[in-house]
Amino acid sequence: MIGVGPPMLLFCLFIVVPMIAAVALSFVKWNGLGTPVWAGGSNWAQFFRDPVARTSVAVTAKIVGLSYVVQTPIALALGMFTAGRQRHKTVYATIFVLPLLMSTAGIALMWESLLDPNFGALTALSKSWHAAFLNQNWLGDPSLTLYVVVAIIAWQFIPFHTLLYAVGRRQVPAVLYEAAVLDGASPAQLFWRVTLPQLRYTIVTSGILMIVGSLTYFDIIYIMTDGGPGYTTRVLSLDMYNAAFQQDQYGYASVLAVILSVIGIAVAVGLVRFTGFASMASQQEGAA
Amino acid sequence: VNALRGSRTGRVVSLVLATGWLVIVVAPLYYMILASFRTQGTYLTSNPWVPAGGLSASSYRTVFAAGLGRYLLNSVILTAVCIALTVTMSLGAAYRITRRRTRAVSASFVVMLFGLAIPVQAIIVPIYVLIYKMHLYDTLFALILTLSAAAIPVSVLVMVSFVRDIPRELIGAMLVDGGTEWTVFRQLIWPLSRPVMATLAIYNGLNVWNNFLLPLVLTQSTSVAVLPLGLTKLEGLYSVNVPAVMAGVLLSVLPLLVLFMIMRRQVMNSLGGVIAR
Repeated sequence: MIGVGPPMLLFCLFIVVPMIAAVALSFVKWNGLGTPVWAGGSNWAQFFRDPVARTSVAVTAKIVGLSYVVQTPIALALGMFTAGRQRHKTVYATIFVLPLLMSTAGIALMWESLLDPNFGALTALSKSWHAAFLNQNWLGDPSLTLYVVVAIIAWQFIPFHTLLYAVGRRQVPAVLYEAAVLDGASPAQLFWRVTLPQLRYTIVTSGILMIVGSLTYFDIIYIMTDGGPGYTTRVLSLDMYNAAFQQDQYGYASVLAVILSVIGIAVAVGLVRFTGFASMASQQEGAA
Repeated sequence: VNALRGSRTGRVVSLVLATGWLVIVVAPLYYMILASFRTQGTYLTSNPWVPAGGLSASSYRTVFAAGLGRYLLNSVILTAVCIALTVTMSLGAAYRITRRRTRAVSASFVVMLFGLAIPVQAIIVPIYVLIYKMHLYDTLFALILTLSAAAIPVSVLVMVSFVRDIPRELIGAMLVDGGTEWTVFRQLIWPLSRPVMATLAIYNGLNVWNNFLLPLVLTQSTSVAVLPLGLTKLEGLYSVNVPAVMAGVLLSVLPLLVLFMIMRRQVMNSLGGVIAR
């Protein structure tokens, strides 16, 4: 039980080997059954030619960008609020966590029926409040669906980032605030000059997790819209799933896998650089 | 002192905004609970926000008749085994990494650190091919192996940062008294690490319990379906029976909710703490 062997074996077999296999498979044509045939760069050429792929890149970028812009300020504000120790804040914080306990499948099914244009809860509200704008075809209107998906992703993940910010805020030494107050700082100045700079690692960590998470985001889109209407919510991870498991194009699906991994790794290496995981590893070296 | 607590208007504004978010969180959950207690008929005719017009528990009977119990059992088995595997393996690895650093051990640690960067969703296609070639397709075992593997980088990193802080003098004293590496591990490291093991158990358990993509790709039979996948099967079966689907979703969070109520503080510290470390 003591040793790096067992976890290394498991990790290499099911993460590192597939990683390498993805690169190899991206250069073959294979339908999953017969013998893979060498295809050179043709899968890669297909990616750069395919208009659907171009749309998926744009939609994925839009979801990543919007998710970041929507989630960060809300999570930051809620995190500052729930970092307090007062009783009512504990109650709020407890309720804020609830979406984190739900599976994405559960969240998708809940929102799907809630947003149903005929019997959904928002349609009912629009009737009783005479608020016509609430009566939309939320998951069928090409101009709305992407934003609805972004909102649901935010509903799911803001709780997690709120927790991160609350933990980060509690770790700021109180003496910094006391000193700033003695110097006559206002509450706003305390936030901008003390809290925010002290939270820089949390901001980077949370941002990277948001970006990598929404880059490979799949579940809600697969269950609720399947990329539609049209191609308006068609993301790269859905392209990849369809290429492999609907069209049996394992080579092309692997191209998408490699692209998603490389972007993910590039973003996470940024995380390692900024947050000092790397320095932790080198401290480890020093201790050995 | 006043500035520390913020101005009065500031406090009121933040309370109002936080309450706004509270409503956004609670309203859909309230809707779901209410909808799950309708019948198919009353769901279509009544106002979904008002708890009137004949509530009934028939949907709950429907979902159990549709096999939800089986999905629940599969999820419990999968999650329990994954937690046991990842927690014990990563603690053992962390002990070795902090105690005796051979070149191979250091290299392993670096490889696992890089693993933090690989999103499992991105490599789902080759994982599927591998599982298929290993004749593990459509088994719970396939999910146990892959989900545990995916949890290893974070687990090892968190364990290392904890075990590293256990005073070397304690370990040294035990070794001088004739202890072996194994007795040190069992009598010192293991008991001291209980809190961090609990933290990881919660974090990994939640991820495994709620994972959708791996079960979707690696299994197909109803007999090995776990809850998130089972819910979508339920929806396929009862696409017009919204109350049944809502009852299924609620039942799938119920075990987590009960655990959360019992150990609220621990859960909240875990979720934030794993990453904040």
